[in-house]
Amino acid sequence: MAGNGPRTLFDKVWDAHVILTREDGQALLQIDRHFFHEGSHHAFNQLRARGARVARPSQNIGVADHYVPTRGRGAPIADDTIRRMVQQLSDNAVQHGLRLFGLDSPAQGIVHVVGPEQGLTLPGLTVVCGDSHTSTHGALGALAFGIGASEVAHVLMTQTLWQRRPRRMRIAVEGSTGPGIAAKDIALSIIARIGTDGAQGHAVEYAGSAIRALSVEGRLTLCNLSIESGARCGMVAPDGTTLDFLRGRPFAPKGDAFDRAAEAWLALPGDTGAEFDREVVLDGSEIAPVVTWGVSPEDALPVTATLPDPERAADPARAAQIRDGLDYMGLRAGQRLSDIVVDRVFIGSCTNSRIEDLRAAAAVLAGRRARIPGLVSPGSTLVKRQAEEEGLDRIFTEAGLEWAESGCSMCVGMNGDLVGAGERCASTTNRNFKGRQGKGARTHLMSPAMAAAAAVTGHLTDVRPLLEGRA
Amino acid sequence: MEPLRVVTATACPLPMSNVDTDQLIPARFMSRPRSAGYGDVLLYDLRFGPDGTPRPDFPLNRPDRAGSAVLVARRNFGSGSSREAAAYALLDHGIRCVLAPSFGDIFSSNAVNNGLLPARMEEEAVEALLAWLEAGNTEVTVDLEARSVAAGGARWDFAIDPVWRTKLLNGWTDLDLTLSHAPAIEAFMEADHARCPWAWLDGPADPTGPR
Repeated sequence: MAGNGPRTLFDKVWDAHVILTREDGQALLQIDRHFFHEGSHHAFNQLRARGARVARPSQNIGVADHYVPTRGRGAPIADDTIRRMVQQLSDNAVQHGLRLFGLDSPAQGIVHVVGPEQGLTLPGLTVVCGDSHTSTHGALGALAFGIGASEVAHVLMTQTLWQRRPRRMRIAVEGSTGPGIAAKDIALSIIARIGTDGAQGHAVEYAGSAIRALSVEGRLTLCNLSIESGARCGMVAPDGTTLDFLRGRPFAPKGDAFDRAAEAWLALPGDTGAEFDREVVLDGSEIAPVVTWGVSPEDALPVTATLPDPERAADPARAAQIRDGLDYMGLRAGQRLSDIVVDRVFIGSCTNSRIEDLRAAAAVLAGRRARIPGLVSPGSTLVKRQAEEEGLDRIFTEAGLEWAESGCSMCVGMNGDLVGAGERCASTTNRNFKGRQGKGARTHLMSPAMAAAAAVTGHLTDVRPLLEGRA
Repeated sequence: MEPLRVVTATACPLPMSNVDTDQLIPARFMSRPRSAGYGDVLLYDLRFGPDGTPRPDFPLNRPDRAGSAVLVARRNFGSGSSREAAAYALLDHGIRCVLAPSFGDIFSSNAVNNGLLPARMEEEAVEALLAWLEAGNTEVTVDLEARSVAAGGARWDFAIDPVWRTKLLNGWTDLDLTLSHAPAIEAFMEADHARCPWAWLDGPADPTGPR
């Protein structure tokens, strides 16, 4: 409960949004931003069934991303189901008078890219969306978490949500990371260390010098993957980097209003002596480029490692998991990760599709040819335009990769961008679950630079030698 | 929502960790409306082979597990995406309780909001129960009031957030309770408008102009 003692970043944002607390400990929170997408149809149908209206229309923002085609924009969508899903989103937004970044908007993109890019996501706000990767927005010091359809309906009807206060966890990455190491490598190292349920029931705050040194885009990648360690949310305290990122964004306050807001935001970092329920510390200098080998994000290892042996697992459950992962992925114990041949690459998703991600991949691909096919889908239409101004699109296409429009695309395959059964994909996405990128698809998660390296060599590859003599 | 107090039924062992929501319901089935039902697509790619025929060795397909209302799995059940359809698929297939050492947070909320019990049991208890079921036993009793599971002669406790337990026992949803607090919500948001004007998109901060 809120006390007068020193408080963490999370405590301050939480406390500022508690409308009331019940005797049983459930708190009713004000929700500042609710983002919805094509998948939110169940919630709108619940409103319809009750004959209810949206309580605070201005605070609910729609984005077309999960089902949108990444090719042939402008033409009618050929697939009936996909067309209906995109149309349904638009119909719901119009019916309730809600702002929409629709298929044809010049600022359309993936919801977790668009929110920060537009300055809709701000420090100290509560942000929810019917999507587990809503944790992304915590990179700006917001309290952001994914919710289910019934909760989405509740937010639409009341602009509030009942929640139990999670426990607090601090994950510090101290020291500095080496060249070629991305936020993705930090995040996967954390998940490998604590497990996919390691942060369940916890609000995570990322701290330490290696985190402070990350750009906002790096922090967005890091917080995006919080849910892959089971965390309720992930946050980074706002600082000068945060303010520089937000200044001038379309929905961020302007002029004096920005300065007043910034003063409040810079008071959000945790007080000296604020306590966490759990602390984990990693040494940034020990982090290597990481890839996943199995069917859970916790199945992550440095690319220089060999595959685990189920016979040497700590317990029967872990042995079964390793065996199952190797079997699904078509791999064998003891195999070197860098010997694994891949069939295609995907660069995109709410995890790694921002301009810095595209630059990192392009730095590896410039002047080189990909040995395998690949798809690059920028995180938003604005990111796409900027990449084209910088000439990154030509680097990708001259390397032999396809340059597409923005959307969730091959991360989840709802728009038809799928990895074939048995195919192996080097992917900058967030989940290597069975069937995630398509039925029978095999996913290896990695950073954009590592995916580019895999494209160049045709197998999982340590990107660092490929970066020598380059930026 | 249907209240849940005591469930005596066939239980199905699912001796797997990390049964994520992408497995509970693959993304390609999520465009259908709720009214169409989701039971047929529960764990689809595990239950059915590439040609669409049931895999005979998959636990839920075994004849002795027909009509299961309880599912027993290893750690981190329901991790991953926030898709509430994962809970719909379980419920529409007839499952009322999932017993596991740990659950994805969002899945747990979704389950409770739809009348499905996510019961947390000790790892050893789950392993013992899995072994008992895999020995050919079937019937268990899950008692939400007592927070216990009985199987054969054995009995184990489980954990559930007390608020969620109350909701499940009574079949309550949050909305009516929230609406009863409308004046407090209104007053809070009015004050927040003055305190944090940047949080509100209905004023001059809106680049598209006042609505």
